[in-house]
Amino acid sequence: MKFERYGIGIAKGMAVTFKHLFRAPITVQYPEEKLVVSRRIRGNELVWFPDRCTGCATCAKACPQGNIEIVTHVGNENNYVVDKFEVDIGRCMFCGLCVEACPYDALAMGRSYEQAQHRRRKLILSKEELQLSDVRQPSGYARPKIEASLPKQSLLIYGGREGGGQKLSWLGLSKKRGRGV
Amino acid sequence: MTLLEQFQLRLGGIWPDWAAYIVPGVVGIVVVLAFVVITVIIFIWYERRLLGRFQIRLGPNRLGPEGIFQPIATALKILLKEDIVPAKGDKVIHWLAPVIVFVPVLMIFAVVPFGERAILTDLNVGIVYVVAISSVSAVGIYMAGWASNNKYALIAALRTVAQMVSYELPVVLAILGVVLMTGSLSMTQIVASQDIPFLILQPLGFVIFFLGTVAEMNRSPFDLLEADSEIVAGYHIEYSGMKFAMFYLGEYGHALAYSCIITTLFLGGWQGPLLPPIIWFLIKVMAVFSVIVWMRATLPRLRVDQLMAFAWKGLLPMAIINLFIIAAEVLWLPETMPWIIVAVNFVSAGVLIVLWSKLFALGGGRVEV
Repeated sequence: MKFERYGIGIAKGMAVTFKHLFRAPITVQYPEEKLVVSRRIRGNELVWFPDRCTGCATCAKACPQGNIEIVTHVGNENNYVVDKFEVDIGRCMFCGLCVEACPYDALAMGRSYEQAQHRRRKLILSKEELQLSDVRQPSGYARPKIEASLPKQSLLIYGGREGGGQKLSWLGLSKKRGRGV
Repeated sequence: MTLLEQFQLRLGGIWPDWAAYIVPGVVGIVVVLAFVVITVIIFIWYERRLLGRFQIRLGPNRLGPEGIFQPIATALKILLKEDIVPAKGDKVIHWLAPVIVFVPVLMIFAVVPFGERAILTDLNVGIVYVVAISSVSAVGIYMAGWASNNKYALIAALRTVAQMVSYELPVVLAILGVVLMTGSLSMTQIVASQDIPFLILQPLGFVIFFLGTVAEMNRSPFDLLEADSEIVAGYHIEYSGMKFAMFYLGEYGHALAYSCIITTLFLGGWQGPLLPPIIWFLIKVMAVFSVIVWMRATLPRLRVDQLMAFAWKGLLPMAIINLFIIAAEVLWLPETMPWIIVAVNFVSAGVLIVLWSKLFALGGGRVEV
């Protein structure tokens, strides 16, 4: 008869949960705290580069919903000038077919995942809103050149409550976050 | 003389006899009821927070500082909900069941000593009264399961009756050990005689009593009657609104009541240095409840046959042996040397637990290849 199975397993289990009391909670309280996601994420937004766009409307033809509205006129240098480039992201399902279809790499998926608006009208994005800006950055998805230019990055990086710059490793959280314990 | 009797005596000279008898009684009842309800609300919040911490979550932290108002919001939501009665259920019993579950829980607090004189009524058979009253809730749960006209509810009800009947025996035998050492059934006497808490004098009795009461208040790992993964919500599957809230209050009230009883019987009740008695009492009650939450966070639920085996093959024989050991000690060992009793009891507890664990080892009786 071996001296085992006399209830020590229960004690070990209880010890494990007891240690959990002193760990930082894993919960990310979303609107106030955000994880910094990978720059290679296929977010649900589009980034449009007006310089490269020739107004060929391949993207509009590729769109299964017919969401992209593009109006052009002929310019001086035998080119198309884009007058209007509108995307109704309220109907967009972010399939990315337009990005894959574009022959001039003028469209790319962005990094953001927060597209909610209070008004439906705001979901229709004009060509100014679709352009590259500080908050609208292209991801590496389906664009190998952009992907190669992005810095190497691991997942699950914690962005502080104040938002922005500070980056902590996931395990370094326990010191940073004193609350909720 | 309890505070209540003192109050009655003081009023006796001024007011007519019946008023001097009834008014302090009503005041005492209201104070204890308020204590129970407020503590239960705090317990609900405390359990959710603590369980969150055990599981590396945060728990509710949105409403008020650290989420303290969350149970109040939950209570308001439950109050406003529609009361649904099953069409083919037994309507009268369906209505009566939550009351029968909840009222005995409140009645337990009549004999809980919060301080040396802060007790509603110091019954000379206090602990017998507790044992008698606390098992009435099983009837209410069975009524709920029967009246719901739902197979899950009925399964839960049958499980509850089996569980309550099985675990009542080791609990009572563990209480008998305490009563033997104290020589009294009165709750205040039991506390007053604990110069050394019975937790140290009777470790095995404490373990048996603790596990038995956790099973009787139907909390994890013995929460078979509402095993979510098997029978959805058990006996209160057909209950909503205020009736459900009564069950919920009853469950946590039970937890509070048994925490108080464990504190009284084994942890020395209100006794303790420096702090006032009521604070000591509450600290100990909180500690007992924390351990119960800790068990809930850790241990998986028992199977039905394991539950029965644990009561009849595990706790009951151990409780009987424990009772005989304590009786022999009370009879033959001198009271002036309690440390001999402590040593003997700790050794016997260890030996018994190791021996009995052989009964429950996995693969027992099987030939290992």
